[in-house]
Amino acid sequence: MKRLNRFPLAALAIAMPLAVWSCKREERSFRVQPPAADTTDKVIVSKLRAGQMMATTTQRAATEPSGGPIAPPPPGIAPASKPSAGLVHNGYEENAYAVGEGNRLYLAYNCVGCHFHGGGGIGPPLMDDTWIYGSNPEQIFATIVEGRPNGMPSFRGKIVDYQVWQIVAYVRSMSGMLSKDVAPGRDDHMAGAPPPNSMRYQPPQWSTVGTIR
Amino acid sequence: MIGGGVVTSLFNSAVLAAISTDNHTALAPTGPQAQHIFNDYKAFYTVCIIVYVLTVAIALIASRRHRQDTDGHKGEAHPPLPPPQLQLDPTREAKMTFWVNVCIAATVLILFGLLFVDFSTARAIHQFSSKPGAVNIVVTGHQWWWEVRYDDEHPQNVFTTANEIHVPTGRPVKIVLQAADVIHSFWVPNLTGKKDMIPNHSTELWFQADKPGIYWGQCAEFCGFEHAKMRLFVIADPPEVFDGWLNAARTPSRPPLEQIQKQGQQVFMLKQCSMCHTIGGTPAGGRVGPDLTHVMNRYTLAAGAIRNTPGQLAGWILDPQVIKPGCRMPQNNLSPHDLQALLEYLRTLQ
Repeated sequence: MKRLNRFPLAALAIAMPLAVWSCKREERSFRVQPPAADTTDKVIVSKLRAGQMMATTTQRAATEPSGGPIAPPPPGIAPASKPSAGLVHNGYEENAYAVGEGNRLYLAYNCVGCHFHGGGGIGPPLMDDTWIYGSNPEQIFATIVEGRPNGMPSFRGKIVDYQVWQIVAYVRSMSGMLSKDVAPGRDDHMAGAPPPNSMRYQPPQWSTVGTIR
Repeated sequence: MIGGGVVTSLFNSAVLAAISTDNHTALAPTGPQAQHIFNDYKAFYTVCIIVYVLTVAIALIASRRHRQDTDGHKGEAHPPLPPPQLQLDPTREAKMTFWVNVCIAATVLILFGLLFVDFSTARAIHQFSSKPGAVNIVVTGHQWWWEVRYDDEHPQNVFTTANEIHVPTGRPVKIVLQAADVIHSFWVPNLTGKKDMIPNHSTELWFQADKPGIYWGQCAEFCGFEHAKMRLFVIADPPEVFDGWLNAARTPSRPPLEQIQKQGQQVFMLKQCSMCHTIGGTPAGGRVGPDLTHVMNRYTLAAGAIRNTPGQLAGWILDPQVIKPGCRMPQNNLSPHDLQALLEYLRTLQ
């Protein structure tokens, strides 16, 4: 009799940590601590800058009180301790709410105006495997914050850092680079592309501007 | 009926005393629809109270009748109950059947009467007023604030504001209800009943405020984290005051004069603010957040979450997630000088 009672207890002991662990992907943190994320220069992919060229990145950080080139993702949700592919680990990529927020901001800040719902048009498509300026989170961050030649404007100072990281997470979800339990199962706009959580994984391929179809 | 009226007024005064305000209650109607709803409520309440009292009284009487035989056995063990004796008395049986039938008929009649009252109330509410010169307003529910657009046959007169609806007294106000994201519900109990705001489906509503005053509204359909802090204010003014407000609201913002105000405008245009907010007469034209052209004329910020004071405004700009967790406004990391200049500029948006 006692032996029989042990089974549900053991099942509970396994199920509870599992439940707690899986809740983490839905955890919602509204307030980023500290509000002003620190600035580092470890994610710069190019020395090229729009406008006046600064001598060094450290000088640039010193001259701009609002922050230098790129801030790391806030440590709010997942610890930035485990760098995966790139130099920076974007904790928002493990959080469904943050990816959903990225989706909302993608529409609100009119990314959709040029990139459309991932299919591209005025800007390059985001749901394919072609990445002109890199597919790592910090590279996409740099693309948004710094801008890129031939049309991509710089959103430096226009979008707060943690929202940029949320947009980065959503942009990567569009080509199936996020785990399927985090990516949205349904998009907030007209259907066309398959939802991000059933997107085929498309490993990024480096290309040059000349090979864009 | 008189007894029911007394009960109703007692009930009303108790409820009114409990909420201690009469600008967010259906029990203090200030418009024709709200009056219809209040009358409907009074009719239901009176009838239900009378029926309730009668039913309970009859039940009590029935429970006391024909029980004299057990009274002598108080404090003792009950003797075994005698077997039920079905001695049918034909005359008594006929009498009881008659009264049961009368009660059923009365119930059906009362329910149909209430149905008729309800139906005529709904009909009266939804018929548009025949009065000319309705004010046309489009209200769009957002998570978690209200966009208010005043329509006009001349496009240059159309303007947008947020969270506070100014209306003239004595004129019908026609409101087209829309939603930008999820289902919300427009509810100003002093003026009219609720109506849902559904994405991609316009609904209409009209009301008329007969007395000047500020009437509180509230989103009445759960719409997310800050549903409770999605307040609305209908400010009813005499027609001449309303016309003055309307003319002022149609104008774009005045350009800043002082140096620090000009710097503040630069902050607004170059930083995050202009990504979401519109200020009439400037390049800022974001449609994501509320229109700020005349933000200083509003009583509250963040859809009634906080009062519109300079300190509250500064706190709201820097750290809105403390005041309204989950709201769409991000934390903005502004330097003290930038913030001060921005506040000085926002102060000019009268």
